[in-house]
Amino acid sequence: MFGYYFRLSLRSFRRNIILTGLMVLAIGVGIGASMTTLTIYRAMAADPIPGKSARLFTPQIDNYGPVNLGSDTKAFQTADRLPVSLTYIDAVAFMRAHAAPRQAAMYATNVAVTPADTKQLPFRAPARATYADFFAMFDVPFEYGAPWSAQDDAARAPLVVITRQLNDRLFGGANSVGRTVTMNGDPYRVVGVMDSWNPEPRFYDLNNAFDAGGADEVYLPFTLAIARQIQSNGLSCLKSVGSGWQALLASECIWTSVWVELPTAASVRAYRSFLTNYGNAQRDSGRFHWPTHVALRNVRQWLAYRQVVSQDVSTLVLVSFAFLAVCLLNALGLMLAKFMARLGQVSVRRALGANQRAILAQCVVESGTLGLTGAAVGLGFTLLGLGLARGLFGDSSAVLTSLNGGDVAIAIAVSVCTTMLAGLYPSWRASRVQPAWQLKTQ
Amino acid sequence: MEIRPILSALRRNKVGACLIALQIAVTLGILCNAFYIVQQRRALVARPSGVDEADVFTVSNQWVGNPPNMAALQRADIAALRAIPGVRDVFPAASVPLSNSAMTLGITTNPDNPRSMHIAAAYLGDEHTLDTLGARLVAGRNFAASEVHELDGIFGSRPPIAGVLVTRDLAHKLAPDGQILGRVVLLFPFQIRAPVIGVIDRLQVPFVDGPDNKIGNIVEDSMVLPYRYVGDAYWYVVRVQPGALDAAMRAAPGVLAGVSHARIIEKVRAMSEARREIYRADRTMVQMLTVVCAVLLAVTAFGIVGLTSYWVSQRRRQIGIRRTLGATRVAILQYFQTENLVISIAGILVGLALALGGNLWMVDSFSTARLPLAYLVGGVLTMLALGQLAVLWPALRAASVPPAIATRTT
Repeated sequence: MFGYYFRLSLRSFRRNIILTGLMVLAIGVGIGASMTTLTIYRAMAADPIPGKSARLFTPQIDNYGPVNLGSDTKAFQTADRLPVSLTYIDAVAFMRAHAAPRQAAMYATNVAVTPADTKQLPFRAPARATYADFFAMFDVPFEYGAPWSAQDDAARAPLVVITRQLNDRLFGGANSVGRTVTMNGDPYRVVGVMDSWNPEPRFYDLNNAFDAGGADEVYLPFTLAIARQIQSNGLSCLKSVGSGWQALLASECIWTSVWVELPTAASVRAYRSFLTNYGNAQRDSGRFHWPTHVALRNVRQWLAYRQVVSQDVSTLVLVSFAFLAVCLLNALGLMLAKFMARLGQVSVRRALGANQRAILAQCVVESGTLGLTGAAVGLGFTLLGLGLARGLFGDSSAVLTSLNGGDVAIAIAVSVCTTMLAGLYPSWRASRVQPAWQLKTQ
Repeated sequence: MEIRPILSALRRNKVGACLIALQIAVTLGILCNAFYIVQQRRALVARPSGVDEADVFTVSNQWVGNPPNMAALQRADIAALRAIPGVRDVFPAASVPLSNSAMTLGITTNPDNPRSMHIAAAYLGDEHTLDTLGARLVAGRNFAASEVHELDGIFGSRPPIAGVLVTRDLAHKLAPDGQILGRVVLLFPFQIRAPVIGVIDRLQVPFVDGPDNKIGNIVEDSMVLPYRYVGDAYWYVVRVQPGALDAAMRAAPGVLAGVSHARIIEKVRAMSEARREIYRADRTMVQMLTVVCAVLLAVTAFGIVGLTSYWVSQRRRQIGIRRTLGATRVAILQYFQTENLVISIAGILVGLALALGGNLWMVDSFSTARLPLAYLVGGVLTMLALGQLAVLWPALRAASVPPAIATRTT
């Protein structure tokens, strides 16, 4: 029976090919637009480090006090008026305190890499100065070698971990552990090569949250980077600072961050009280002249606090779903018109013995076929839309390639369900026709 | 035109009429807000930077291996760039407009009152900076060559300076009375003190404002300090004679390589390209919303055409009877047009609520501005026109139904 209904619906489509085509197109465009924006939204709002995001925390502390930034701009303010980075003083103090089982201070920088192969030109690479715990804490996979050790941190050892891409570029993908990379003119020994690893959004580096091209390619010990006076990319100072590197280290300028892993609720509580005690101690020592203000946020809280999901994407999600609603209302109306125009045929079928359920089944098959076709067209539009959306993020973002099986399944389910739903009412109306009355009026 | 028969006919076609009205409502709701966003973004993208963008390009330069004579190398670079045919002026910059990488400082004319601090972007430059960017002085004077000092990093040793240049916007904030020339300003956090010696007409800060207007009204609050930046990474900003841009951009890397190979030149980029890149998300938003609005209007119109056509074919006999009883073609046409008007108005009323609701959500979540009345009026007129245009074709078909149809049985 299903096959027969299916053939019937194809025949009905053929009879009104333009109308059917436009309906399918409208559904397809609606599905495509909403699935594109939903996919982007899901990627932006995704958990970058599932399973661990509730256990990784970043501390903040108010080292500015009630500074007046003027009413001119809100660009440098957060909702709770806490700075989003830490001073060198505080980062080092947190590391020394060892109040968490795993902890890593870090900052972003750039290094000039000179390839050993003199035929290759030197190039700039985004780099991160951090501690050994970074890799274990963030579950970084390694292709060759391993991270440096805590002893290396203490010894300021000239070691690097490089990404697979950089390893391909410098060493042709060979196991480069033990070999030397020249950065900023100094030699560094490779201890490890990371395997592909790209958490998105990059929660520990929100200046580059989605741009795969901006991802760090070089990781070197924080202690060594400080000793070699490698400056941070982002630096913000609101209090006076003297001249020279030591003055910068001693200043209230903020340019570092710290991430800690706190496995239990008790350790989170303990770290909170450590932060508060630390703040109080700074106040008592005369560094802060204001009430202690600290915060400890885990990955998800941090992403929400820093408003990682762009308002453009939220707006587009809303607009595209409203758009889908219009497309479906449209399909509903046209299907209604189509089925109603066919009441004569339906009556004949009813008079010849088809029951209401048979009519309903026939109409549902027809609207379902329409929905499936619309869904297929919609998937095409989704791929197209994700291509167009490049402009929102930059060409290299993984957001654009992340249309995975789950997203496809959602897209198909949404489009079939909604068109079936839209077809249901017209089908029901058609099945309720009084055959005798309808035939008589003819 | 008698409206009562229309209403009673609509009552018999409740679902269809409601569907059209709902489509119109949602379309209006989206249209007003989307068009408003589009207009805001277009204004944002068109904001002038104060730079002669058509004739300026930048070359990123990073020295490799800490060459000991970076200042001398820079002088050689600048001389080489100046020698390229068509090049008008050059200066080395630590930050450039439309780049999103900036140094911001606190600036005040009243050091004793921390509340008087303003945040402003600081460009490091020399006596060539204004001419290279194409920025214009409206008061005071430019730096003299003798007043410019070399600086190898803002955290290094900083020689005292003889003066700073500020933009007109910043001058107005620092001295609302208009008397800014000669007043000494203090720069945080570096404790630099210097008099203001010139006022620049317009020079945007290196970063640009987003749709949330977070940067707010500091977007033109810039200053130029007489420090020639000789650190290990910076840009050469190059201005050319009109028409010489492409050739000069092609020549620049080779010319610099002739001075020294121990460097990385990552990007040679025209200012117009920088503008395109920095506003890319906004342009995408404009394009996407424009496409969505256009398709939305088409879909809605198509829905109206479809349903009205169905109604017309359903009522052919009734139309024939009306014609037989003396109704003119115009009367039939007007009937369907009025019917559409009634449905449209119902949809528009709901749509206005949706438009305001959507705007309220955006005001609430992103602190965007309130929707101006003009957009609502424009949206309503658009929807009325759309409805009337869409209904025209089926209505004309209805008007052409011959009276004789009433006499037929099917």
